[in-house]
Amino acid sequence: MSLKLVNISKIFKDPDHANKEVKAVENVNLEINEGEMVSFLGPSGCGKTTTLRIVSGFETPTTGEIWLGDQMINDLPPNKRDTAMVFQSYAIFPHLSVGQNIAFGLELKGVKPDIVKKEVKAIMATMNLTDLYNRSPDQLSGGQQQRVALARSIINKPSVLLFDEPLSNLDAKLRDLMRFEIRRIQQSFGITSIYVTHDQAEAMTVSDRIVVMNEGHIMQVGTPFEIYSQPANRFVADFIGRVNFLDGTVEGKKPNSAYKIRIGDNFKLINSSTSAFSTGDKVLTVIRPESLTVSVGEKDSTAIFHGVVEKAVYLGPTVEYDIKIEGRDNISAVTHNPVVEGVFKPGDWVNIDFNPAAAHLLGKQDN
Amino acid sequence: MSTKRPHPIHRQIKQLLKDPLLFIVILVILISLILFIIYPLTKVIITSFLPDGKFSFSVFKEVFSSWYLRRAFFNSIMMGTLTALLGAGVGFIFAFTLARTDIPFKKFLHIIAIIPIISPPFIGALSIIMLFGNNGVISDHLLHLQNIKIYGFRGLLFAQIVTFFPVAYITLRGVLDSISPTLEDAALDLGGTRLKVFRRVTLPLAFPGIASAMLVLFVETLADFGNPLILAGSQFPILSVQAYLQITGMYDLPKGSALALILLVPSISIFFLQKYWVSRKKYVTITGKPTSSTLKSVSSTAKWILFAVCLFFALTIILIYAAILWGAFVKVWGSNNSLTLDHFKYVFSVGFGAVKDTLVIAGISTPIAGILGMVIAFLVVRKEFPLKHFMEVSSMLSFAVPGTVIGIGYILAFNSHPLLLTGTLLILLLNFIFRYVPVGIQSGVAILRQVDPSIEEAAIDMGADSRSTFRKVTLPLMVPAFFSGLIYSFVRAMTAISAVIFLVSSNWNLMTVQIMSQVESGRLGAAAAFSVILVLIILAAIVIIRSILTLRYGRFGGTTLKF
Repeated sequence: MSLKLVNISKIFKDPDHANKEVKAVENVNLEINEGEMVSFLGPSGCGKTTTLRIVSGFETPTTGEIWLGDQMINDLPPNKRDTAMVFQSYAIFPHLSVGQNIAFGLELKGVKPDIVKKEVKAIMATMNLTDLYNRSPDQLSGGQQQRVALARSIINKPSVLLFDEPLSNLDAKLRDLMRFEIRRIQQSFGITSIYVTHDQAEAMTVSDRIVVMNEGHIMQVGTPFEIYSQPANRFVADFIGRVNFLDGTVEGKKPNSAYKIRIGDNFKLINSSTSAFSTGDKVLTVIRPESLTVSVGEKDSTAIFHGVVEKAVYLGPTVEYDIKIEGRDNISAVTHNPVVEGVFKPGDWVNIDFNPAAAHLLGKQDN
Repeated sequence: MSTKRPHPIHRQIKQLLKDPLLFIVILVILISLILFIIYPLTKVIITSFLPDGKFSFSVFKEVFSSWYLRRAFFNSIMMGTLTALLGAGVGFIFAFTLARTDIPFKKFLHIIAIIPIISPPFIGALSIIMLFGNNGVISDHLLHLQNIKIYGFRGLLFAQIVTFFPVAYITLRGVLDSISPTLEDAALDLGGTRLKVFRRVTLPLAFPGIASAMLVLFVETLADFGNPLILAGSQFPILSVQAYLQITGMYDLPKGSALALILLVPSISIFFLQKYWVSRKKYVTITGKPTSSTLKSVSSTAKWILFAVCLFFALTIILIYAAILWGAFVKVWGSNNSLTLDHFKYVFSVGFGAVKDTLVIAGISTPIAGILGMVIAFLVVRKEFPLKHFMEVSSMLSFAVPGTVIGIGYILAFNSHPLLLTGTLLILLLNFIFRYVPVGIQSGVAILRQVDPSIEEAAIDMGADSRSTFRKVTLPLMVPAFFSGLIYSFVRAMTAISAVIFLVSSNWNLMTVQIMSQVESGRLGAAAAFSVILVLIILAAIVIIRSILTLRYGRFGGTTLKF
C-alpha cells in the first residue's frame, strides 16, 4: 500500500528546559509508492528515526497527517497499524525460541497453531533460518538475529515495513551481505518499506529513492543517482560522498539550459536542468573528486586549475590527493588507475580539469 | 502554534483513555496507595496534633516534658547511630575480606553473614538472653558471673549489630565487587604502600556505599521493635517500644501517635537523604577490558587478621543459632539439660493456630505484593501518566516508615465504619501487601531498566495490546525479579513483628507475636521451638521457590537471586 505523510511536525519538550522546545521534525511531506523502498538518510538527530516512529505509531505527530492507502491512520495505536518495524536492537524476545519469536504476531491474531507452524517454517526457509526453530535467541549470530527480526516482521504481511538502522550492530562484512539480503527479501515480497540509516552506502544499495534529512527538514528526495549527481543543495552534496565546491559566475546562457560559467580564469559550459540562472549570478559548481583529472606538469592554460600536491594517499586501486590551489580552498581529487597514471608526490605541480558533464550547478541560495 | 496544543497532562489523560484497562489499573493502584499507605500516616499526624479535634502541640509538650520519654528519644537516636557506625564497620570488614582476599571458607562466611537476614530480627535478642541472661549458659554456667546486665544498652547494641550488620555486608559487598581491583593494582604500581592505597583509593571509592549502608542501618535500628522489646528493659527506654506501650498499655492513642511521629521524622528524612542523595553519588568505574583480580592489595598479615575477625563474628552468629536450636530441645534452659520434644508438642498444640495463620497470611499476601510490585515497576518505568511520581514515592514510602508507625496508623485508620477492619484477616493482609510491595518494585525497576524498551514495542508493533504485551513479554522477562522479590517479601512477612503486633487478634495470630509473648512469660524453650519452626518454614519456602524457578525458567535461575 502507498504511504503519504502530510505536513508532519513533531515538537518535543526539552527535558532540561521546561519552556524550550525541540523541533525534531518540521513540515515533512512525502509520498511513498506501493512496493517502493525509500530510505531516510541523515546525520544523527536529523529527525529520521522520529519520522519512522511517527509512521509506526510510537510517536504522535504534533501536527500533520499520515495516510496509509486511503485511510488516515493518525489515531490508530501502533498495535492496530498495519506496519511492522525491524528494530535497531532487533528486540528479539529473549524468553522465546526463534520459532516462537517469529510466530508471535500470527498467534496474537489467533491463527490456528498448525497453520502458524507451517507459515513460520516457510518463512524461515526463505530467510536461511531452517533448523533454528527451537534455538534460543542468545545462541544466534548477529546476522541470524537480524534475519529472525526480519522474519518476525514479515510474517504478519504488513502493508509497510519499517527498518530502524537495522544493520548498525553488525560488523562491516556482514553489513554488506545483509544489505542485499534485505533488498532481495523486500523486493520478493513487494512490501512498501522505509529504511532509516546514516550510512550513505547502505542507502544507495537498498533504496529506490533516498530522502536526505537534516535538522528535521527534508533536504532532497530522489533516486540514489539523482542524490549523488544532482544534489539539491550544499548539505546534500557534502553529506553524500566527498565533494569540491568551486565558486564561479554565470557569464551567459546557451541553448538546452547550458550555462557558460567562469571558474577562476577559465570557462566551462555546464548543463543545469534543475535550476535556472541569469547572467551575473554567483554559482557553486559541484564536482566530485573522482570526476577530476589530474596530470603532472607546468601550467596548462586549458586546464581549470594548476596547483601543488599537499597530500597523497595511496590506497591501491585509487590515489587520493589534497591539492593546494592559489587563492582557493584545497581540491580533493581521486585517480583510479595509479599504475598507468602514476602516483604524484607532495610538492609536485599538477594540472586539474574535469568533464563538464560530471559537474552540477548550485545557486548561492542553495547553500 | 503552541497555544493550540493541549497541555501535557491533558494529552496524557487522553492517551490513557484510549487504553481503558491501563487507566483502571492506574486508578485502582493510586486509590489503594492513598487508602493503605497515605491515609494511615495522615491519621497518625492528625491524632497527635488534634487530640481533641483542635490543633495543638499539647501532646508533644507532654511528651517532651517527660524525662523518661526524652530519654527514649535520645536512646533511640544513640542506638541507631552506634549500630550504624559499628554495624557498617563489621559489614565493611566482612565485605572487604570476602571481596579482596583469598581466605579459605569464603562461601561459608558469606552464608553465615546472610543468615540473620532470613530469620526473625529478634532471634539475636532471644539468644543473647539464653547465653548471657540471668540463667545464661555463658554468663552463669561458664563464667559464673552474676548481674552481667545484659538488659539495656550493652545487650541491645550487641543484638542490633548482629542483626543488622548483614544488611551493610550485602550493600558493601556489591560496592566493593564493582570497584575494579585493577585500580588498586594501579595505585600499588604507582608506588603507593598498601595502607595508602586502601586509604586513598579503596576507601574513597567505597565511601558513598559506606555512607549509604550507615544511613540504612540507622533507619532500620531506629525502627526496630523486636530486639528492644526483649532486651531494652525499663531502665533503657526505646522510642518504638514506648509508642507500643502507650497504646497497648495505657490506651493513650494521641501520645502513642506523637511518639510514632517523632520516630517517623528522622526515619523518613534519612531514608530520602539516602535514596536521593547518597545513592546517586556513585562512582562509575571505567574499564577497558574485563578485569581479573590479582588480590595483591592486601598483605598476608592483614589477610589473616581480617580472617580472624570474620571468623570471630561468624562463630558468634553460629553460637546464637546453636543456642536457639539447643534451647528448643532441652527441658529447662540453663538448669535441666535433658533432651525433650515437649516444646515442640506445646507449639503444635497451643500455638498451631499461629503457625497456620502465619502461613495463610504470608502465603496470600506475598504473591499479591509481588505482582503488584511488578505492575507498579512497569508503570513507573514504561508509562507516562499524571501522578506517576506520587505513585513511585508513596509506594516506596513504606520502606522508610517504621513498622510501629504503620501499625499505629492502621489501628487508627481502620477501626471504624466504613473501613472497620481491626481484628480481621484483611487488615493483616493489607498491611503485609503494602509494606512489602517496595521490594518487588525495586527489583522490578532494576530489571526493567535493563530490558530494551523496543522489545515491548516490537510486541505492540505486531498487534499486541497493552495487556497481552505485559502478560506475554514484559512479565516473563520480569520473572527472576518477581521471584527474588517474592522470596524477600515472604521472609519479611514471616518475620515481621513491629506493625503486626498492633493488628493481631484472637482470631488471627502470628508466630512472631507468639514468640514474643513466650519470651515475655519466660518460656524460652517454647520461644526457641517456635523460632526453629519459623526458620525451617522460611528455608523450605526459599528452596521451593528456587526450585520452581530453576525448573520452569532454567536459564534465568540464579542470575538475580540473592539468596
